[in-house]
Amino acid sequence: MKRHLISAADLSRDDALLILDTAEELAQVSQRSIKKLPTLRGRTVVNLFFEDSTRTRISFEAAAKRLSADVINFSAKGSSVSKGESLKDTALTLQAMGADAVVIRHGASGAPHRLAEWVDGSIVNAGDGTHEHPTQALLDAFSMRRRLGPLDGRRVTIVGDVLHSRVARSNVLLLATLGAEVTLVAPPTLLPVSVGSWPCEISYDLDAVLPKSDVVMMLRVQRERMNAAFFPSAREYSRRYGLDRDRLGRMPDHAVVMHPGPMNRGMEIAAEVADSPRSTIVEQVTNGVTIRMAVLYLLLGGAELEGGAQ
Amino acid sequence: MSDARPRPATRGPSEPGSTTSSPSVANVSRAVLEGPDIHRALTRIAHEILERTKGAQDVVLLGIPTRGVTLARRIGERVARFEGVQIPAGSIDITMYRDDLRLRPARPLGRTELPPDGIDGKIVVLVDDVLFSGRTVRAALDALGDIGRPRAVQLATLVDRGHRELPIRADYVGKNLPTAMSEKVKVFLAETDGRDAVVLIKEGDAK
Repeated sequence: MKRHLISAADLSRDDALLILDTAEELAQVSQRSIKKLPTLRGRTVVNLFFEDSTRTRISFEAAAKRLSADVINFSAKGSSVSKGESLKDTALTLQAMGADAVVIRHGASGAPHRLAEWVDGSIVNAGDGTHEHPTQALLDAFSMRRRLGPLDGRRVTIVGDVLHSRVARSNVLLLATLGAEVTLVAPPTLLPVSVGSWPCEISYDLDAVLPKSDVVMMLRVQRERMNAAFFPSAREYSRRYGLDRDRLGRMPDHAVVMHPGPMNRGMEIAAEVADSPRSTIVEQVTNGVTIRMAVLYLLLGGAELEGGAQ
Repeated sequence: MSDARPRPATRGPSEPGSTTSSPSVANVSRAVLEGPDIHRALTRIAHEILERTKGAQDVVLLGIPTRGVTLARRIGERVARFEGVQIPAGSIDITMYRDDLRLRPARPLGRTELPPDGIDGKIVVLVDDVLFSGRTVRAALDALGDIGRPRAVQLATLVDRGHRELPIRADYVGKNLPTAMSEKVKVFLAETDGRDAVVLIKEGDAK
């Protein structure tokens, strides 16, 4: 494994399977009365969050604490960043404090990559702009594998705002590595220009894709980023690309519904679909802690690696 | 004790019993226990467990991956055959509790499978293939402490090769095997390696 986890493309098939298998063993820890392992004692993990996030930050914090690492939470609001400190100076401060790993979320695509040049510790990308969110892709793959078994040849459909979604990009890359066949379904206005080079199929017709999907992953409509007329109205979007009970009925019986959260109930996903037993949305949160434990263990648990790849 | 585990990279040594060196490397290996010896040792350990625990009531066998799990299962089968008591056999992975994690890149985890009734109030017999420095057992004791509170913990090992670095001893020993620090002990079991043998390897050159 490489020293950093910045892109899902950094992971070879063996790396990805190692993370998933490690997570499978670590899942037991969450069911014990003592939910703690001594493995990362004396290591420091910094959560560096320049964008708002509850779920991901808490998930990383819980994962680090269950491995006995010391956790320092650093959010941009009310910190030196709001006084105008640059990313580089923040990085040098963390470096001076001896951070063994930095978990970073940043609004700018590529920020974790820059940070890796300034800090000696491992960098874990917790979402950068519209670029990537590799641990989300890992927990999604883990949730799928727990429900459906190995992912080779499984058909995964990702529906919605691919343009603004770092989750979609990381998922496409990781799922392709794991041998799944991915289809993106979105209005043409919500697909990035580069999508033609991604290892996946494109479709504009949700109803045609549903009957042959093993997994349907709904993406959040990012209202805060809807500054242009990407689609005529919320209702029209919901009618063409939302997952309601009728569409759920057209999916194969074994197929599962996923959503990275937070959901807009009634918009991209109907409430009854989100709460159905075929939805993995709550499991995804539990699995998030487990997969992040696996990532932190594999990055920090062994000897420090010299240089980049090993 | 990692040197007690046969890795795929290490080819099975020469025919059991013979003391020939392989042509390329100057290693000399000698089988110290053959299949029937291992069977007898495990049979004796099973009898000893029954005797010491007065019928193996409340006993739980926990093997340390990989070979220890197989040995725990075999001991459990023997106890069931001798006295008709079914004692649960599981496994406990100790990787996350090792004291040498930072000396090597992060390693994959083994399986932990605990019996459904847990280990609280039970007599846990830890089972490992080779007892060497005692550090694996120390890690296993720490791991047990996070899982529950057994009434007592005992240790069974197929081979005790000496050179302890911690105050730890085994309650049930298949064979005491005096060794030099430079030697390696490898355990082969039919379930994982296709045959039963304990092999002592004398390293020709220090690597």
